[in-house]
Amino acid sequence: MSAKPQRQLTRAQRTTIVYGVLCFVLILVILQLWLLTATMNAWLGDDDAVVWPALGASLACLVLNLGLLRYLLRR
Amino acid sequence: MADDPQTRFEQDLAIDPRVDSPAREGLTGTARGDVYEPRRDPEDITAAPDQRPMDEQPRWRQDFAIDTPEDNFIARRDFAKFLVLTSGAFVAGQAWIAAKSLVRDRRAPPGRQRIASLGMVPPGSAMMFTYPGDDPCLLIRMRDGKLVAYSQKCTHLSCAVVPKIDEGILRCPCHEGVFELATGRNIAGPPPRPLPVIELDVVGEDVFATGVTERTV
Repeated sequence: MSAKPQRQLTRAQRTTIVYGVLCFVLILVILQLWLLTATMNAWLGDDDAVVWPALGASLACLVLNLGLLRYLLRR
Repeated sequence: MADDPQTRFEQDLAIDPRVDSPAREGLTGTARGDVYEPRRDPEDITAAPDQRPMDEQPRWRQDFAIDTPEDNFIARRDFAKFLVLTSGAFVAGQAWIAAKSLVRDRRAPPGRQRIASLGMVPPGSAMMFTYPGDDPCLLIRMRDGKLVAYSQKCTHLSCAVVPKIDEGILRCPCHEGVFELATGRNIAGPPPRPLPVIELDVVGEDVFATGVTERTV
């Protein structure tokens, strides 16, 4: 099985890709920040119901971010 | 647009009608052999800001020829790495809350504790007590004789709240937070949650604290 040929991108194109990925990562990190503050507020108010779903959602964001970073580092 | 990379790439992929073309060696398709070879794009070559060749640049620039576009590219990629690290820190924070939640669930509820006698708090007055442990709390007797008790720690940054019985509020002097005296709800300022309520039980002349109720609204 031969490797899929990959186009050679110019530096300007690669920088555009970095900007795009950076935007996605930034949005996900802001979402995680909101999630953390909301969870902390709920937990301090004795509401434990959101703790585990919030951990799952935050973990999902981290996995997405790691995937995007992996894509970026391979470029 | 001869220099357009997309156009160049498509031209390179154009079908070569010559079946015996030497460039096709090793390929099963009809594209030239060097199509996928890395090549140097003109815009990838570093140029000085004044666009003159490097030989004509001052000595310091020849010695420290910073490739600004490449530097930008690397800096942004490093910033993405930093953001992903931050993302990991947030997950660690969430995991810490979840772990603390497990510990709190297994902790025994605070016990019953005598905190005062009714004679110590005449109508329109308040007194301090600690419950559970050393946590400062306020026992307040309203003008109508009703007893309420709250944690004294403001839910914003844990400053001590001050009861203003005539105004019907508890005021936090640090950042002007205001709580309703009758319910403990946050009604103004930065506090995000109501004050925790201390559950009371009055038996004869004795006032007992029996538990703490924290709330989000």
